[in-house]
Amino acid sequence: MPLVYAGVCSHAPGITGRADQADPVIREQFYAAFGAMGESIRASGAEAIVVIAAEHFANFFMNNMPSFAIGMSDSYDGPIEDPDWLGIRPFVAPGDRDLSERLIREVMKTSDVAYAEEWRFDHGIAVPLHFLTPQFDVPVIPVNINCQGPPLAPLERVWAFGEALRRAADAVPERIAIVGTGGISHWPATPDSGKINEQWDREFLDRWCGNDREALLSYDDATVYADAGQGGFEIRTFLAVSAAAGGAKGMVQFYEPIPIFAVGCTIASYSLG
Amino acid sequence: MSLYYVQKFLFQLNRDEALKVAYDRDREAALDGYDVSDEERVALVAPDIGLLYHLGVNGQILMHFAALHQIEWSDYLQRMRDGLAEHGPVREGVYAVTGYVGVEAHTASLANASNDGTA
Ligand SMILES: [Fe+2]
Repeated sequence: MPLVYAGVCSHAPGITGRADQADPVIREQFYAAFGAMGESIRASGAEAIVVIAAEHFANFFMNNMPSFAIGMSDSYDGPIEDPDWLGIRPFVAPGDRDLSERLIREVMKTSDVAYAEEWRFDHGIAVPLHFLTPQFDVPVIPVNINCQGPPLAPLERVWAFGEALRRAADAVPERIAIVGTGGISHWPATPDSGKINEQWDREFLDRWCGNDREALLSYDDATVYADAGQGGFEIRTFLAVSAAAGGAKGMVQFYEPIPIFAVGCTIASYSLG
Repeated sequence: MSLYYVQKFLFQLNRDEALKVAYDRDREAALDGYDVSDEERVALVAPDIGLLYHLGVNGQILMHFAALHQIEWSDYLQRMRDGLAEHGPVREGVYAVTGYVGVEAHTASLANASNDGTA
């Protein structure tokens, strides 16, 4: 079936782990926008959610680092972090091994990808699911783009991977939603944690909504690092969703810098035709 | 320098309950099999968060090591800042390769850029 939903959201661990330290008014607005995103996904009739995240050395390490990986299991547990630290209780999220395999086979036709039959979700997936499917009642297909341990895949390859995911989602009979998580400018887990380049974020979101391939691919890692921090490398997950949206235009449902969450908190989606 | 093995040890420690128990029992012994320098060994055993950050450990790995030691978030950030003040800029790894300049310098450069209207 044609793709039914394409959107992006933040995934920083502080969103749940340091919730009590944030301004409660802004926090609740953000949580409400996150919940509304979950409602939109539900309303789309999605039978599975492909979550494109940028995990943080939870499953993948520099001994054998894939640029792109897709999970292929009937279930995934998490969080891999200490539950008290992350503010998310231990969970088992449903997967769909058979659907994963069909998606992977299709993606592989144009894009090299690793598959993983074991995957313990870290905050990159656990935080979004906590809001989007709090009952863990929709199968998840986890996807990872290496945004942590350089060398990182060039943005052109990320785009091609997003296009491959779209083709795969359209090719299976199930109704698929795609959600990218991460970014945008932030300096996570470093002495600069809490710094957010709001101007850069808003410019990026403009380009993301316009979904012009050339404008989005004109970023390069050196400038991204200087202006948007190491966390900015996670624009890869957002760009993969842009490519998957196939030229559709986007809308920002929520954007607000929340320094204690260490990120400009973002909810945005594309209007699929 | 053997930053790769320092990070590999911390990666394993973050995900392996048995290694956590071993590290809790005998920190030195838990490092057996990881090819780390004396300086790195001292930092991992202490633990010295500031020195580990200076040596180049990725924050996405380091923050869980700090949490394991019950180091509260703002204290974790401060220890990294202290480490930079004491030892200098990050020596190796992603923060060094990409030209990390330190908190103040970086904030100033962002401010200058936005004053120029170029950011
Ligand atoms: Fe992240």
